[in-house]
Amino acid sequence: MREKSLFWRELKNRLVAGLSGFSALLGLFVLGWILYTVFLRGFMAFNLSFFTELPHPPGMSGGGLANAMLGTVLLTILATVIGVPIGLLAGVFLSEFGQHSKFAHTVRFFSNILMGTPSIIIGIFVYTFLVVPVGHFSGYSGAVALAIMMLPVVARTTEDMLQMVPNALRESALALGTPRWKTTVNVVFRGAKTGLITGVLLAVARVSGETAPLLFTALNSPYWPTNLANSTANLTVTIFNYAMSPYEDWQQMAWGASLLITFGVLTVTLLTRFVLKERKTG
Amino acid sequence: MALFQETSTQNRSDTVFKIITMSGAALILLLMAALFIQLFDSSWLSIRRFGLSFIYTNVWDPIRHIFGAASSIYGTLISTAIAMCIALPLGILIAMFLVELIPPAISKWIGAAIELLAAVPSIIYGMWGLFVFAPFMAAYVQPFMKHLFGDIGLFSGPPIGIGMLTAGIILAFMILPFITAVVRDVFAMVPAVVKESAHGMGSTLWEVTRQVTIRYGFQGIIGAAFLGLSRAIGETMAVTFVIGNSHRISTSLFAPANSITATLANEFSEASEPMYLSALIELGLLLFLLTFLIQVLAQFWLKRVKKSMGVQ
Repeated sequence: MREKSLFWRELKNRLVAGLSGFSALLGLFVLGWILYTVFLRGFMAFNLSFFTELPHPPGMSGGGLANAMLGTVLLTILATVIGVPIGLLAGVFLSEFGQHSKFAHTVRFFSNILMGTPSIIIGIFVYTFLVVPVGHFSGYSGAVALAIMMLPVVARTTEDMLQMVPNALRESALALGTPRWKTTVNVVFRGAKTGLITGVLLAVARVSGETAPLLFTALNSPYWPTNLANSTANLTVTIFNYAMSPYEDWQQMAWGASLLITFGVLTVTLLTRFVLKERKTG
Repeated sequence: MALFQETSTQNRSDTVFKIITMSGAALILLLMAALFIQLFDSSWLSIRRFGLSFIYTNVWDPIRHIFGAASSIYGTLISTAIAMCIALPLGILIAMFLVELIPPAISKWIGAAIELLAAVPSIIYGMWGLFVFAPFMAAYVQPFMKHLFGDIGLFSGPPIGIGMLTAGIILAFMILPFITAVVRDVFAMVPAVVKESAHGMGSTLWEVTRQVTIRYGFQGIIGAAFLGLSRAIGETMAVTFVIGNSHRISTSLFAPANSITATLANEFSEASEPMYLSALIELGLLLFLLTFLIQVLAQFWLKRVKKSMGVQ
């Protein structure tokens, strides 16, 4: 009896160990499968006109997504310009002034919640107060939606990174009679520079692949993004529209756009990882 | 306070600095409040017209302006449940593999690769799901399941690939990296002495994991589940691509269905009529309240866990 039970225990152990190895392989396999598909099908869509021309109407072959690429870049830059400074300010407050006050705790609590709020909700929210009153979709509202998503990410990473700067640095600057704001900007920021850049990159990576908030704000357009006050072309909503269309050309272009977005987001993500590692070892 | 009594320019500039940074922080609270107010305000038309019946009736008729969102809510709950049933055990197994079974040098790389799954944008999961995974499900997995369990109940209907089950599985892959990362940290936090004493008693690795490691880190694992849950509930694009967009509630997991997010993404641009739009925004409000609740619970829970793990 005894031997049998030991045998069963060993067998069970082996089985579970095998199963856990298999699970890890499954995770890696799915990642590989997705990347493989995106790269293979995406490359087939690449040619010169894909990168330089406007989309053609359905049925006509050729054309490109140059307008959507430019649009995505513009929206991301504008979102960064709006979201990052406010996020930095909030982060500075939490780290340098708020600390353990009730107000700071409340802000932390709700920025965590804002971070976990589905992006589609942010899209609807911006729709109700920037699209409905104006009467039409606009690139500006899209950028605001993305900026709201960046805000809590930047605020929390800024706080974490500033907290890592030793207090002795702050105290020595203050002891020299340097005002608080100068200490923060010239001493604390400098000490946390790589960390702050990482936070911003993280936020950019998070929003640049977003589709749902843009669906209700920037929407899409077949023209060049000359005026952000109108609906603005962008890659992600283009992927959504083209993938759901019955035209094979369009589905092909959606794969090309998917490769661009995946490549961009993964590059920024890996860069962030790299910078973080440098900082830890350095 | 001293800041206000002294009038030197230095202190005045600091007061201004403090107020500016504070307003940045206050903006986050303001946004949160505005989210609630705007969503309530914009869905008021629908709330007043349908009341609670919006939640439990299943009529989605844009032409007669009658809306009951049961099918969307049902789809969100079921697809999330499928995702959790797959991702939670899988995440725990992977974490066990990474922490206990392979050397740290290799574990680091495999862990990083699995975390990369979280960086892939959700629309890419949608593309892959629609063009690659759904056909794969239709050709191999679903016929096999039909063969195994019979053509009844959960597995009835034609194996078309697109539907509730496929959406749930893709959601599982999307939340897997989040769950794995947290469970891995939790496993690594269990003191070696505790595990070693169990090993010393002659327990096998699985017995140690099940009876010591998991029990020790149980609260942390619950936290991981919360995290995965809130991700899965609000996920939009991946689900929209593969769930099939049908407002019929079906018992079969193979049947096309709908979710709150998919309904919103698919129908928002068509909704030109105020009542239709208001009903859609009420769906958004429901989703917001749901994720808000989960997040608040998760945060209080994690705070408790940290406290209990920190004091030792």
